[in-house]
Amino acid sequence: MKRRDFIKSTAIAAGGLLIPLDKSDASLWDTFFQKYFREMTPEEKKNLAKRLENEYKEKTGVNINIKTNEALPAVKFAYGLDLSRCIGCRRCVYACVTENNLSRNPQVQYITVLEFKNGEKWVSDLEESNKYFDHKEQPEPGHFYMPVQCQQCDNPPCVKVCPTQATWKEPDGIVVVDYNWCIGCRYCMAACPYGARKFNWAEPQVPSDQFNPNTHYLGNRPKFKGHVEKCTFCIQRTRENPGKYPACVEICPVGARKFGNILDPESEISQCIEKKRVFRLKEELNTNPSFYYFFSL
Amino acid sequence: MIEFIIDLIRHIVKGNAKYYMWLLILGLVILDGILAYLGQAQDGLIVTNMRDQISWGFYISNFTFFVGVAAAAVMLVIPSYIYHFKPIKEIVLFGEMLAVMAVVMCLLFVMADMGKPQYAWHLMLKPNFPSSLLVWDVIVLNGYLVINTAAVTYVLYRAAHGKEYKMSIMWPIVLLSIPWAFSIHTVTAFLYNGLSSRPFWNASIVAPRFIASALCSGPALMIIVFQIVRKVSEVEISNEAILKISELIAYAMGVNLYLYAAEVFKEFYSHSIHLAPLDYLFFGLEKGGTHHNVLVPFTWVALFCNLTAFIIFLMPKMRTKFSILNIACVLIFTGVYIDKGMGLIIPGFVPDTLGEIYDYLPSMSELRITAGIWAVGAFVYTMMIKTAIPIYKGELSFLPKEHRRKLTAH
Repeated sequence: MKRRDFIKSTAIAAGGLLIPLDKSDASLWDTFFQKYFREMTPEEKKNLAKRLENEYKEKTGVNINIKTNEALPAVKFAYGLDLSRCIGCRRCVYACVTENNLSRNPQVQYITVLEFKNGEKWVSDLEESNKYFDHKEQPEPGHFYMPVQCQQCDNPPCVKVCPTQATWKEPDGIVVVDYNWCIGCRYCMAACPYGARKFNWAEPQVPSDQFNPNTHYLGNRPKFKGHVEKCTFCIQRTRENPGKYPACVEICPVGARKFGNILDPESEISQCIEKKRVFRLKEELNTNPSFYYFFSL
Repeated sequence: MIEFIIDLIRHIVKGNAKYYMWLLILGLVILDGILAYLGQAQDGLIVTNMRDQISWGFYISNFTFFVGVAAAAVMLVIPSYIYHFKPIKEIVLFGEMLAVMAVVMCLLFVMADMGKPQYAWHLMLKPNFPSSLLVWDVIVLNGYLVINTAAVTYVLYRAAHGKEYKMSIMWPIVLLSIPWAFSIHTVTAFLYNGLSSRPFWNASIVAPRFIASALCSGPALMIIVFQIVRKVSEVEISNEAILKISELIAYAMGVNLYLYAAEVFKEFYSHSIHLAPLDYLFFGLEKGGTHHNVLVPFTWVALFCNLTAFIIFLMPKMRTKFSILNIACVLIFTGVYIDKGMGLIIPGFVPDTLGEIYDYLPSMSELRITAGIWAVGAFVYTMMIKTAIPIYKGELSFLPKEHRRKLTAH
């Protein structure tokens, strides 16, 4: 390495340690000293969203919208997954990646689909699972599938252990992360019993022409290296009024995925819980998930 | 004061060729560590071999081990201040300096592990206290650093004035430092222990075993360091002190091995699904046609080291021979380093919470950064003893030259 190259790369690296150098000075200052999201006034939240939108526009030339809207009153989300129907096609995984602007390289995925052989142990011991299955057609005969994602626990171990309160549970039941407040210690990843929390080991890469412009600050907005992220029940969709289903629910070709407001007794999810025998993953850990598995057949 | 600083610098730069060689090696290793760290800062933690399946690795393993070393000081503080055992009282300062070194290394390892270390101050603004054990750990570790730095600084400050330290000031520091040493272990153990998602850590024996193993590895390191110190400087460290420390190691190792055996028995005999991590350590796990066994050799080496060292320490005839004692100390240090480092952290993630087995060994970047932090620790300790020894010998002092005298042991 030439000396000049060496000095240059060293300087870039030293800068990279702080904040990407492609930002203006004012933006750099605002980024570094950004306040804790939950303590911002509505005005500050609006300015923050503007700033982040501009930053993305400057970087890629693409316009995006970053919402900061709060939880709707009298809403608490819950999720249902019909294991009898799931065929393990992983369409949910990829719909989630596209909707939530998850890094394509290195790959970040919120949903993990586990494959089990019929008759193998699987309920409280997932050690026989295979997440790297690769068949021509789904489902593979003699196997069944269990997709796992954030269970949006009512007693979330990740929130309990976070040293900076960078992750918390919203009134509508969604556990969210303030990516700017997270320091990347990864204690939450050790604490989560469902492998739901994902770390950006490198700068996440999403082609700007594939970037979903409809984003939420606590959800699928542009992300960066060194922080943790996770499933937010597609907060940018479900918090709309009228709301949309999460992308994984919408895409599921066999209708295995159910979603709704658990406070509304007529909602599909409430009816599922009422009419089916449901169970939750790793009940012995007392995390109280808002994610229910059941069998329709 | 200025004269003192000039004198201090004069003493620090004074040394033979070996001393300069030592500083040069440390400097190069530190420089290499900094270069590796800049690479990590630029590209992200992707340069490590950690991934979502094993989200803590070599850095946190080293951190955990050095929390143990930091407590070593208490093994000297108790006999010297509580029981007034004279040979150890003369060297307690060197033990406290070792604690300072270890805590500095711990903090560096945590910083190296963080995805966004430049935002570490968020912890001060919105600490998740008392809920997060990590906040507790930050408090106890920094507190321990302050306590030990205060103790060392005060004693040296008095010595530099040609006076002995006052027990009225030392007592509160000592009384605080003893429970505090146990607290840094306990809290660090609870950090892992409290996670119900990781059955390997979620066992009540973790914290007691932490303390027992720490009381072996720290003193073992001290015995080696003290012999080097007395060889390269004129400081008197009596054999009696070293042999007393080795006796204490024997007890601690006995307790450690007993607790270890209890853990191994419970897991292997009951043979529940929670056996997997221990099985992974000792024999490796079979999954998807692959035999995952990268940690197996380390586990057996650690067990061999700890058992052999224990037998040596048990026999007074053996442990009083310095050649054999030193081998035993190296064995203990190695054994506990594996056992309380990688051997504790990695199996917590194997298999991961969804049943995947990801084989982890540190990457080149992790090794280089870790080596850099070790070198920083060695450098910090070298500088501390280079300051302390001339003060003890009365060569470095606040007193005018004609009033200086050699400060004899108290």
